[in-house]
Amino acid sequence: MPAKVGADKKQAHPVVGGAAAQRRLSQSHRGSTGDFRDDDQELGNMPATYMGEHNLFGRQDDQLKLTDTELNEEHTRILTARNPEAAENIVRFSHKERMFKLIPHVDQLAVHFQLDSNLVHKDSEDGKRQLVHDTEDQRIQETEVTTTAVDQDGEVKTKEGEEDDEEKAKKTTASTGKAKKLTNQFNFSERASQTYNNPSRDRETFVEQTPRATISDNVSQWSICDAYNEDFEQQQKAKEKEQKKVSVKKEDERKKKFVVADQHTVDDMTKFTRSKAASISLKILERMINQNTFDDIAQDFKYWEDAADEYREQEGSLLPLWLFQYSMVKKLACTNLTWNTHYNDLFAVAFGSYDFLKQSRGMFVIYSLKNPSFPENIFQTESGVMSLDFHPHYANLLCCGFYDGSVAVYNIADENKQPKYHSTSRNGKHTDPVWQVCWQKDDLDNNLNFYSVSSDGRVVCWTIVKNDLMYTDVVQLKLEKPASQSEEGIPLASLGCGTCFDFNKQQDYLFIVGTEEGKIHKCSKSYNNQFLDTFDAHHMAVYAVRWNKFHSKIFASCSADWTVKIWDINFKDPLFVYDLGSPVGDVVWAPYSSTVFAACTADGKVYVFDLNVNKYEPVCEQIVVQKKRTKLTHITLNQRYPILLAGDDRGNVISLKLSPNLRKKPKVKKGQEVAEGPEAEIAKLEKILSLIRDPDDIKSKSLGQQGTTTSITTN
Amino acid sequence: MAAEGGEAETQQKEESKRHTYPLVRTCDMNDELKTECMELCVTACEKFSQNNESAARMIKETMDKKFGPTWQCIVGEGFGYFIEHEVKSLLYMFFGGTTAIIVWKCA
Repeated sequence: MPAKVGADKKQAHPVVGGAAAQRRLSQSHRGSTGDFRDDDQELGNMPATYMGEHNLFGRQDDQLKLTDTELNEEHTRILTARNPEAAENIVRFSHKERMFKLIPHVDQLAVHFQLDSNLVHKDSEDGKRQLVHDTEDQRIQETEVTTTAVDQDGEVKTKEGEEDDEEKAKKTTASTGKAKKLTNQFNFSERASQTYNNPSRDRETFVEQTPRATISDNVSQWSICDAYNEDFEQQQKAKEKEQKKVSVKKEDERKKKFVVADQHTVDDMTKFTRSKAASISLKILERMINQNTFDDIAQDFKYWEDAADEYREQEGSLLPLWLFQYSMVKKLACTNLTWNTHYNDLFAVAFGSYDFLKQSRGMFVIYSLKNPSFPENIFQTESGVMSLDFHPHYANLLCCGFYDGSVAVYNIADENKQPKYHSTSRNGKHTDPVWQVCWQKDDLDNNLNFYSVSSDGRVVCWTIVKNDLMYTDVVQLKLEKPASQSEEGIPLASLGCGTCFDFNKQQDYLFIVGTEEGKIHKCSKSYNNQFLDTFDAHHMAVYAVRWNKFHSKIFASCSADWTVKIWDINFKDPLFVYDLGSPVGDVVWAPYSSTVFAACTADGKVYVFDLNVNKYEPVCEQIVVQKKRTKLTHITLNQRYPILLAGDDRGNVISLKLSPNLRKKPKVKKGQEVAEGPEAEIAKLEKILSLIRDPDDIKSKSLGQQGTTTSITTN
Repeated sequence: MAAEGGEAETQQKEESKRHTYPLVRTCDMNDELKTECMELCVTACEKFSQNNESAARMIKETMDKKFGPTWQCIVGEGFGYFIEHEVKSLLYMFFGGTTAIIVWKCA
């Protein structure tokens, strides 16, 4: 017996249609006994109750006897599509690989039955007969057991015309008659299933596009060639520039064009700016710019004449022009102003401090009218500069007196900002501030010399001898003692303080000195110890004394006692006295007229007097300062231009233009010659003076009458 | 006339000698990228002086390998162009007096 028990696992087969499981033919073929037994081979599956009956069936003697437990064993039967007869390990020789290879897939087809037959056309006689036969058979079958047969092995059976009875049982017929529907002949059902598809999800992201740019061009042979040529030229130029030195053309002031060489390196630029040639050009350029900036002022300076002066006979006005300011001197007061003798547009301003307690550094600057925005030269000094003076012949020499009592001579053309000569304490320096300095004519040895007056009561003459500064005391300002005072001991002569002096233009040896006590002394260079004369001029310190530029006998003085007085050197009393209401800082005669003088006061006003026009009232009285409570300290008039400069204690210098009325020449009567020149001026002044003076006054006030018995008046 | 012709010839020869160096017209690249690219272009043009296409191929493929996709390259003697290029990836230069090379990157 084939050992089916336990070896085969047959799949449990679901019965379709509810029909009883038909014993397979194959089983029945193989079944050895041939008896019709239901699963008698697999006795193990039988329930126990059935066991008892199996004895009834009669067992063969040589049948395998199994114990009860063995009988009760469960054997699963699984139905597979394997062909049990088929070999499981077939090995064939593969020529390709030249070796024996196990064939993994063995054909599991087992043909159980095969019948060859033929087809008969249904319309033929034979076919018709067949059909009739079939339908009859069908009727028979339907009444009998209809069977369904399921082909489990998947055997494909070909339908044929002739059939066995046994095969009829297999056939399932659902159709009757001729109208046969070919239906599911094998009663198979479709089986399908849907696997689980994971749901898909869209994922998207947006990437920023890399930045792009477009470019377009045409290229051709000529454009390439041009490009090369251009590049070549540029290279040549670069080589040339490296070799070339910097050169700047000097330009005339009138020309507006200015050539500056291209500079690549910083070093070249700095060298260029510091070279002398460049500085001249830069200066010119600066002046041009200033001219443009202050264009309207420059026009006024040249051309503007106050039209109102035609209607005002006795009045004039001052037109403010440039304001000279410099940041470094804002805290200093202008202590002196002086014009250069050679260059009419150049003037020097001294800066220092009048305050006794607040003494600091000082400086003096040289300005040019052509460049109002910045000084031409700046000289810093250790102590405040109180006075300065340009040499009448050597326009670059400037002497100055300091607050600390020393004097110095500068060469302003010098690059080095140090004085050429400087007086030291060993060298006869003054012990008090030097209030005024003045150049004199060269002495007999052709040495330059200048004078200085100071609060220590000395008037000193300094001579430049062989690179040295030699001093000579000229006069000592002795104080007059009142006659009543009598002392037993040696009378100590105390010195007064000199504040200003002036030398007579015509008689060089004659000079007048003003003092703090208010006296004015007439002195001579030849007499050391004695004054020629003394005027009790003012009650307070005399700030300025000035000789008239034309008349050798007239001088003016101004003082802190608010007055300006005009004197004749021969007379004790002043000719004119003007009370200006505030301390008068400076008085100056006009260079163009013997009767015009200007004064500046501490309340910021400038007064211009013209004795020809009005003997008692100023022709012009004008506030010129910008801020209130600025004191005007010094004033000066230009030789050539009708410009007046006024310096104040805030470090500003204001320039003013004199209106025509202030510059008047006397009216000419018809027929008369136009009188010009100094003589005319003198005559003019004389005429005025003569109007004032009575013949009696001459007698009583004359200085020469003092102590003499001769008198013109009759007793 | 002959002398003038001769002069013109010598001038031309001089010019051609002058104009053989690589002249960069437009460059939007980092310095190292620029130098490498320039050298590559010069090499390619010298190697394939007769064949612009091969020179361009060499340049493009080498640039792709070295600096990533995707480079474009045109080598020629007379053309107009209008291209869009990625920023910092453009070189436009002349070489040899007659050839113009433009290399740019754009995906």
